Amino acid sequence: MPYTLKPTKAFDVDNESTEYLSTHVTAEDRWVMNFGPQHPATHTTLRLVLELDGERIARCTPHIGYLHSGFEKLGEHLDYNQYVTIVSRMNYLSPIANDICWHHAVETLFDVEITPRCKVLRTIMAEIARCQDHLLCTGAAALDLGAFTGFLYVFNVREKIYDICDFISGQRFHPDWTRVGGAMMDLPDEAMFKKLVKALVNEEIPRAVDDLEKLVMRNRIFLDRTVGIGEITEEEAIAWSLSGPIARASGVRQDLRKTEPYLCYADNWDGQGAEAVKFKTPIATEGDVYARFRVRLEEIKQSLEIIKQLIDEIPGGPINVFSDSKMTIPPKSEVYGSIEGLIQHFELVMTNRGWDAPVGEAYGANETANGELGYFIVADGGPRPWRVKTRPPSFINYQMMAKITEGHMLADIVATLGSLNVVAAELDR
Amino acid sequence: MASKPNLDHPVFKIVKEAFPAVRFRATEFRGQSTLIVEPGNLHKVLAFLRHDDRCDFNFLSDVIGIDYLDYPTPMPGRFSVIYNLVSYTRDDRLFMKVFLDPSLPTDGIDEDPALYLDSVCDIWPGAEWTEREVFDMFGIRFRNHPDLRRILLWKDYPAHPLRKDYPLRGRGERETYRVIDRTDA
Repeated sequence: MPYTLKPTKAFDVDNESTEYLSTHVTAEDRWVMNFGPQHPATHTTLRLVLELDGERIARCTPHIGYLHSGFEKLGEHLDYNQYVTIVSRMNYLSPIANDICWHHAVETLFDVEITPRCKVLRTIMAEIARCQDHLLCTGAAALDLGAFTGFLYVFNVREKIYDICDFISGQRFHPDWTRVGGAMMDLPDEAMFKKLVKALVNEEIPRAVDDLEKLVMRNRIFLDRTVGIGEITEEEAIAWSLSGPIARASGVRQDLRKTEPYLCYADNWDGQGAEAVKFKTPIATEGDVYARFRVRLEEIKQSLEIIKQLIDEIPGGPINVFSDSKMTIPPKSEVYGSIEGLIQHFELVMTNRGWDAPVGEAYGANETANGELGYFIVADGGPRPWRVKTRPPSFINYQMMAKITEGHMLADIVATLGSLNVVAAELDR
Repeated sequence: MASKPNLDHPVFKIVKEAFPAVRFRATEFRGQSTLIVEPGNLHKVLAFLRHDDRCDFNFLSDVIGIDYLDYPTPMPGRFSVIYNLVSYTRDDRLFMKVFLDPSLPTDGIDEDPALYLDSVCDIWPGAEWTEREVFDMFGIRFRNHPDLRRILLWKDYPAHPLRKDYPLRGRGERETYRVIDRTDA
């Protein structure tokens, strides 16, 4: 390595980056530079105040909030189905994963068990979303480090994923697909859906991942820029609340799909003894930028395995739960065919009525591409949640930014930022 | 809540034995257990939960602020802060809750001595930003926090916007927007 790395001090909260605020520039040869809010490598708006010693970063202070738009306040004023349009816009790299997580939390609160068909479709879409997110993250990181071609290869495939989202929901970018107890509608054409997904998992994504790996992962320049940069140890990763591929690249064996299984990751998901989907959780131990990209690429391959297990096993039956619990919008045949169905539909759709939610609090979390995405919902018995707290993985992972870049070169900021995959809309909400 | 809460979380017993003098309350909903403690005892109980081998909650998932102003069920306090604790070694999740009552009017940003908690950054460094967010949104301050500044809003923001008495459309310029209709255009 051309320079020595900053010694990492585990559990050290009281580190230099916080003192910086009172003692502005200490040494005379240091100078302060703004990285962002507008910079091509931040992808959105976030700002780092860097105190540089030559080209070395002496101190790094992240300033966030440029994209804060009060999503959690809005959540208190929208009902349990409407808010899905807002959560969709949090992590816009994999919007459908947010939808699935939000309604997972709502269904935990309402104690609604969704149908096997819906579980399979949600699992497939959640895994496609994971691929979508990891593809952009690794591709964009290559772009930031100068490899434009790899980025275009993976971005091309993301377009196919958008086609699938478009096909099932009518919206390409923000599907807003899930509803309490199911989805906005059943598949318009199951054979077509299978065909699209199979083309994606058998040909398009493997080809793109293969291309990207060949182009980037053994590229000398890429290795020089990423190996040994931004190292996080396992203890640090746990202590600093990191989750997802970032924690797993540091050797943390934790995946909510295994530890708190939901959807098809849990055994007996169809109520008839179906086994949980089989997949491996990729772990790396180096904890550097390169390890994070390797874990992400490996996770894409595992996601494809999960989709392959499920795509031919989509159960029949309704996609939405229709029960006496009055928590879900009834199927159209019931709305037009029975007075109970009509009343229930009316009760849920009219603005002055809505859900009779329980008075209580529940937390539902999913393993999304960036880590543990969770929603803590406080319900007051009315149609709208009393309080919605997001556990945004980007926000909590981004805390580490200052700690792991200090001591590195200015150019390493870009590599580290890319590996943390910070999505500013989720960061600031 | 129709069914009675099921208070058999194994950690409850351990904590009760370890702190005989501390008053605890506990609740459970949808299989998720919550331990309620008084603010003064919060830090030592959390430190115990982190370091005791039988609890070993080594991962702080989130710090959540809630405002219960005019909540339909009476609550022991106006504000509450919830710590979402996970044990990686035991695959367990527990929520730790404290209630706080303000002593000043809550429409401003004045420092309220009643709205103070001990920071847990010395136990889980990852609490740094989540505690800052609770401060930013609810005005609950944390003692011994390494860097307690607003995080999402700017320094001079005149309110803590997730408090329930803060209107959805904001206070200040938006409230007094002059509405021009057809007659006086």
